[in-house]
Amino acid sequence: MITAERKPLDEIIDYIKPFSRILLVGCNECVTVCAAGGRKEVGLLSSALQMAFMKEGKVLDVKELTLERQCDPEYVEELVPLIDQVDAVVSMACGCGVQEVAKRFKEKPVFPAVNTKFMGASERQGVWAERCQGCGDCVLGMTGGICPVARCSKRLLNGPCGGSSNGKCEINPEVDCAWQLIWDRLKSLGIEKTYEEIVPAKDWRTSRDGGPRKIIREDLA
Amino acid sequence: MDTFEPVIVAFCCHYCAYTAADMAGTMRYSYPPNVYIIRVPCSGKVDALHIMKAFQKGADGVYVAGCLEGDCHFKTGNIKAAHMVAYLKGLLDEIGIGAERLEMFTMSAGMGERFARIATDFTERIRKLGPNPAKAGSDKTDKVAVG
Repeated sequence: MITAERKPLDEIIDYIKPFSRILLVGCNECVTVCAAGGRKEVGLLSSALQMAFMKEGKVLDVKELTLERQCDPEYVEELVPLIDQVDAVVSMACGCGVQEVAKRFKEKPVFPAVNTKFMGASERQGVWAERCQGCGDCVLGMTGGICPVARCSKRLLNGPCGGSSNGKCEINPEVDCAWQLIWDRLKSLGIEKTYEEIVPAKDWRTSRDGGPRKIIREDLA
Repeated sequence: MDTFEPVIVAFCCHYCAYTAADMAGTMRYSYPPNVYIIRVPCSGKVDALHIMKAFQKGADGVYVAGCLEGDCHFKTGNIKAAHMVAYLKGLLDEIGIGAERLEMFTMSAGMGERFARIATDFTERIRKLGPNPAKAGSDKTDKVAVG
């Protein structure tokens, strides 16, 4: 999922200070799962913002709506009946959702309420960790299902660096060395030989280095 | 300020604090009438939104009262409630309402005296803090509107 964290309230309040009617839009997908921008977080933020305004002797009218998905135009369309009743939109979706709303309603200011972080997985309740960088050329088949691009601090592709110590990365003793994990996994699968194969320099053009990316499925488009 | 009577909302678990309140009555311990008790099936059932709405609608202080650690009828409801309260304290500080207006307490059903003491102490704490700043702000708004 795409993970996110709520922005500091001061920053959100700064965005909406000039307005008295806002539409607070949540998203039912990734940000709901990582408890950053689902229906519940929309309710909490709405309440917090209203109280922050009340404290200053001002009134903030908040309309709340959580869309099934904010990154799809057909769902964003559901905002149409509400948009004229507000001065600005605050989105609790990831950056994709914020941009879809901004694209659809060009005449309304749209502000993000969360910082979009990374593509990750739940390690346990309340803990999410980065698992994928969307490099566009997946190497998981060679690395026992553990990604060196997302999980090795240096994105190394041919084994660990000298900073690997007791299975941990030198950047932080809490961070596992991805190559230690890969080696352990290859060993348990009995395919240590894979480790010997030299991986040539990765073509990063499939990643962000090639500029903004697009997928076109001719059969669907 | 002398006449300020705080409004306290207490979310009390049916299995402990709510029964403890009953026990306080049976034992003839008095506690301030400022405390409005809301019975919940477990302190873990109290939602962050319930607490925020209580403040938004004018409560000056809110507390959640659950079972003693290890005694939750639903195993870990009280632990979850404590975590949620800790998170909300941060949020209340962020918006300037103040973390000290929210608290989590634990007690057993037999602790009538503890229930009465907590209700009294918490009411006094909030009385010292004064009215909920959001409420004070909204009073200001009313005056502006009238004026």
